[in-house]
Amino acid sequence: MASGRNPNLTTQAVAKSLRRRYRAERRFKAVCIGALGLALTFLAVLFLSIGLEAYTAFWQHWIALDMTYDAELLDPTGTRNPEELARGNYNLVVRGALQELFPEVEGRSDRRALASLVSSGAGYRLQERVVEDPSLVGTSERVWVLADDDIDMLLKGHISRDVPEGARRVSDQQIAWIDHLGEEGRVESRFNARFFRSGDSREPELAGIWGAAVGSAYTLLVTLLLSFPLGVSAALYLEEFAPRNRWTDLIEVNINNLAAVPSIVFGLLGLAVFLNFLHLPRSAPLVGGLVLSLMTLPRIIIPARAALQAVPPSIREAAYGLGASPMQVVFHHVLPLALPGILTGTIIGMGQALGETAPLLMIGMVAFIVDIPSTLTDPATVLPVQIYLWADSPERAFVEKTSAAILCLLGFLILMNLAAVVLRQRTEKKW
Amino acid sequence: MKKIVVFGLAAMLLVGVAAHAQRDQIRIVGSSTVYPFATKVAEQFGRSTQFKTPVIESTGSGGGLKLFCAGVGVEYPDITNASRAIKESEVETCKRNGVTEITEVKIGYDGIVLANSSRSGPMSISLRNLWLALAKEVPAGDGHLQANPYEKWSDVDPSLPGVEIEVLGPPPTSGTRDAFVELAMEGGCKTFDWISAMKKTDKDRYEAVCHGIREDGAYVEAGENDNLIVQKLEANAAAFGIFGFSFLDQNQDKLQGSVIEGVVPTFDAIAEGEYPVSRPLFFYVKGAHANVIPGMKEYVEEFTSERAWGEGGYLSDAGLIPLPDAERSKVQSEARSMASNVG
Repeated sequence: MASGRNPNLTTQAVAKSLRRRYRAERRFKAVCIGALGLALTFLAVLFLSIGLEAYTAFWQHWIALDMTYDAELLDPTGTRNPEELARGNYNLVVRGALQELFPEVEGRSDRRALASLVSSGAGYRLQERVVEDPSLVGTSERVWVLADDDIDMLLKGHISRDVPEGARRVSDQQIAWIDHLGEEGRVESRFNARFFRSGDSREPELAGIWGAAVGSAYTLLVTLLLSFPLGVSAALYLEEFAPRNRWTDLIEVNINNLAAVPSIVFGLLGLAVFLNFLHLPRSAPLVGGLVLSLMTLPRIIIPARAALQAVPPSIREAAYGLGASPMQVVFHHVLPLALPGILTGTIIGMGQALGETAPLLMIGMVAFIVDIPSTLTDPATVLPVQIYLWADSPERAFVEKTSAAILCLLGFLILMNLAAVVLRQRTEKKW
Repeated sequence: MKKIVVFGLAAMLLVGVAAHAQRDQIRIVGSSTVYPFATKVAEQFGRSTQFKTPVIESTGSGGGLKLFCAGVGVEYPDITNASRAIKESEVETCKRNGVTEITEVKIGYDGIVLANSSRSGPMSISLRNLWLALAKEVPAGDGHLQANPYEKWSDVDPSLPGVEIEVLGPPPTSGTRDAFVELAMEGGCKTFDWISAMKKTDKDRYEAVCHGIREDGAYVEAGENDNLIVQKLEANAAAFGIFGFSFLDQNQDKLQGSVIEGVVPTFDAIAEGEYPVSRPLFFYVKGAHANVIPGMKEYVEEFTSERAWGEGGYLSDAGLIPLPDAERSKVQSEARSMASNVG
């Protein structure tokens, strides 16, 4: 009492401010949850809109035709020589099969319209079959061939039947034909396995992402092999061995700057050094990997240094106290403890490299490449570039292909980030 | 471990250089407008011959010619696609770098269309009014120029729709933009005699006036991606877009092309040369590579075959507008002989 303050008043003041402080906390929490909710909504909208566009790309329509392998047409010399057979005109076989179904069709333009019901890849499919098994010549069989992309779009509902005939890519006559085929049970929707095992094509129904996926894998392999050992060594030296002086400060500033340089600059550097000076081949995953590792290096060094810094000094001192050499300290104690952090940084850096297109433009990896690359120097492209190229194509059917490719790239990224999380949880040590 | 990595890298580099010294695959660069056509030919060529499918990069016409003219040898491209003819300065660069034998092959035409969503009415416009609507500066009436004051199409000409001018088009880096500016904008601009006269007295000013597109928001640079413009037009019925004819061809259920100078942009009108905004497309072949890189002759043959670039060929299915018959056979024989016809 002598202090002159009424304890009741103090409690009252505290109680009053306490309520205010609780309110402030609730408000802050609500704002945070709102922010998180907004971010999640955006993510959901993104996934949903891509997913809804993409899902039809995983199915494709096939048409069954009764093919007659006319010996005179395919093998006029009668030798059954595979080279000879490969040169045969299989498109005529396909046209013949269609003609048989609709014998009433006459005139050049009508026949062309009829032939365009099936993909131009149909002939190649027959060619493959016959070259593989020459005894097919002279026989008949029912073969399922891909529908043309416009027909596929019509059957999937991306081309409306209600608009006037002049305003769509498929004529009324073609719709009548395909409906007739459908009634006969000759049209089927099947899983689009081709999308996952073929390279790029200008025919949307033949195009696949495997070529780009292999290109991405090769490019990332080179990037990982180069940037991981280099990045970790640089981080180790700077953190554990280098003296603190003006030079190391300068290097540190430079590394931080490099991490913020726009990626196209690395592409220009790659063009000047790897292509024009070292004369490495254009469009090769090797060069792509070299350029991307330049870009990824600072993004590995920075988290690696942070991870090394986070190892408590007591560990180092204990090891020194027991007589370990500096190198033993680093390799037996510090590095293993810092590895989870380093790996997380590396995987996130690789994830960024996977999504990069700008630097690859300069070194020729933004290209139309049909063959699937088999070595590091074969021309190749990567997943994000494939998405970009498809997004820029006029054909309607590439819209769903683009979304499907985006889903695949997102899947890849999620897997890599998931690996980062799992690695961290598995190996992380807490003190 | 490190030794292995170093050794492995060295081996990879060697393999790279070795593979590089003898290329068995045609390399093509150039215009993004020609890209969809060239890739179709390349794929057909790869499937029907024993040669490898050519690699085609989409670098833009200017970028392609720069690479093409950089020199002779396997590290330089064999063919470049272009949505405009090669320039004098580029022929010079080529010569300086030893690229002397160049065969120009004109493959057909591409129309540039002004289109809007089919949900709103079609528009019929003259080049003059189109220029007035999109130019940075327009005649003020007293022989002077003023900043473009028009907000609605009907401000330009009462017969045009009374909606705000909003045109989505390609950015200055695009070849489509170059062609649009040269053919449509300049075409409309020079209908004013006194501006046309300026060409002789003050060429720079003339170009600035005729090629300048307004920057006050009525013309929106929508990026190089024509599909994006198509999607935006679907969403916004009041807007117009500028892009290549093949995109209109693929989206005729959603879009309609504006009538320009009384001509509807159709396949036939562009082929006949009636539609005013169309440009020729080319590719250029390096003569010095013809006998070095396997398949060059056959690729040119495939491109210039009737089943590809003829009427009803697979390129016309993709939206390329074929040359008239007589010109086609002339270009064909020139191309197949690989005679140097540039410079």
